[in-house]
Amino acid sequence: MKEFALIFRIDGNAVASAGEVTPAQMQERMTYWTNWMGGIAARDRLSSSGHRLGIRESKTIASGNVVTDGPYTEVKEFINGYVIIKAQSVDEAVEMAKGCPILFAEGGKVEVRPLVAPDDNN
Amino acid sequence: MDERQLIPDLYRKEYGKMVTVLCSRFGIAYMDIAEDIVSDTFLSAAETWGLKGVPSSPVSWLYAVARNNALNCLKHDRIFQRQVKKDLTMDGEKCFEMDIDLSPKNIIDSQLQMMFAICHPSISVEAQVSLALRVLCGFSIDEIAQALLTTKSNINKRLFRAKEKLRLEEVMIAVPDSREIGVRLDTVLICLYLLFNEGYYSASPDKVLRRDFCLEAMRLTYLLIGNASTSMPRVHALMALMCFQASRFDARVNDKGELVLYEDQDIRRWDEELIQRGNDFFIRAIHDDEVSKYHLEAAIAWWHTHPVEEGEKWENILRLYNQRLILEYSPVAALNRAYAFYRVYGRERAIVEAKALQLSGNLFYHSLLGELYIDVDNEQARQHFTQALELAGSPAERAVLEKKIEGLK
Repeated sequence: MKEFALIFRIDGNAVASAGEVTPAQMQERMTYWTNWMGGIAARDRLSSSGHRLGIRESKTIASGNVVTDGPYTEVKEFINGYVIIKAQSVDEAVEMAKGCPILFAEGGKVEVRPLVAPDDNN
Repeated sequence: MDERQLIPDLYRKEYGKMVTVLCSRFGIAYMDIAEDIVSDTFLSAAETWGLKGVPSSPVSWLYAVARNNALNCLKHDRIFQRQVKKDLTMDGEKCFEMDIDLSPKNIIDSQLQMMFAICHPSISVEAQVSLALRVLCGFSIDEIAQALLTTKSNINKRLFRAKEKLRLEEVMIAVPDSREIGVRLDTVLICLYLLFNEGYYSASPDKVLRRDFCLEAMRLTYLLIGNASTSMPRVHALMALMCFQASRFDARVNDKGELVLYEDQDIRRWDEELIQRGNDFFIRAIHDDEVSKYHLEAAIAWWHTHPVEEGEKWENILRLYNQRLILEYSPVAALNRAYAFYRVYGRERAIVEAKALQLSGNLFYHSLLGELYIDVDNEQARQHFTQALELAGSPAERAVLEKKIEGLK
């Protein structure tokens, strides 16, 4: 069994132009997320429930110690969280990622990346 | 009280206490000696009381005889050490002079210490449960074998190996210090949780014995609550969970000894007082920010004490099972989550969730799929119920499944 990071990306422009989220919508989103992660955990395939990454108070430091606000000055999409799962193959990891609620969001994407084990040379 | 029942009753109540006190006094390596002394004490009681009548205070009599036997044993051991080993390093004089303290306080202290010694990470959790049942709770080998659905010889072997391991590891009979207590307490809680479940879910037909297992698990958990260094939120949460579950003990078996599924239970047989006690423990469990699996399971059990489908009961139960599994995987929780999924989203979506668990060969996996396939695909339902029937251990479980198959038309 291999470990894969599922990295959630969303569209910065879509987020900026989105309206207020109602409490009911918020709760619905939470339900989607816990059902999706609970489903992976129920198969004993969740390695780490990872983290959500915030936007406020975020900065980007470039070479020469040039500091800019946020992750989004030069990119249209940014990472807003990740989890780590266990899967037999990258194809299986992709199947598991297909139910991810980030895909309901405009421009939402899941990037599937294998974790590099210490004995991996490539 | 019926005199023939007196000694078995005292044995159940006092055996564990006496062995525990003696063993904490002698050290873990001498658990067998402690057990022998206490067994001999009960043998003397059976002989003497039969001839001379039962003393006015049988418990004091037992304690006095056990104390004398133990001191004699220590004396001999001291002589043995002096004569055979020459170099007497064990503080022999002190050993000999010290008393065997069978006061209520020392009994409780010793039981707490022994709980940590027995629930040592060096032995398997199955061995911990068997040892706890024998040494802390005083169940006979017969009773343990019957409840755990195995043979006496298996239990004897398991106990022998476990004691040997504890002796080799030189496990201390003590409550661990503050640096270690968090991790060690988790091992103790897992053992107590399993002990409770053995009583609650055991397929053994002996209802009295199963109830005693549950009560013993609750008694030991309560000891942890009574001790300042172990009285943590998750211990209260476990106690709340046990109270909520135990409140349905009478309702889940009918007069004919058949299992009654949750949906079909007569709620008048739920124990309101235990539910209230559970609520009290749960309130004390949520003092802190700590959220353990026991908190989540207690919250699920709390929802189950509400018979009416109100306030999005199953939505909440599903959310809690999701959180429980995200925290830590458990096959039982995974199966229960799939059932909660059915209650919220219906059979077809739940079948997809359940099949993804791939727990083929698990009794509850097949009976769950059988349940979910009802009216969706009765042929599939029949196949799964039949597979479950082949795996079912007890007549009570088989009866439930046979009724389900009959109902499929």
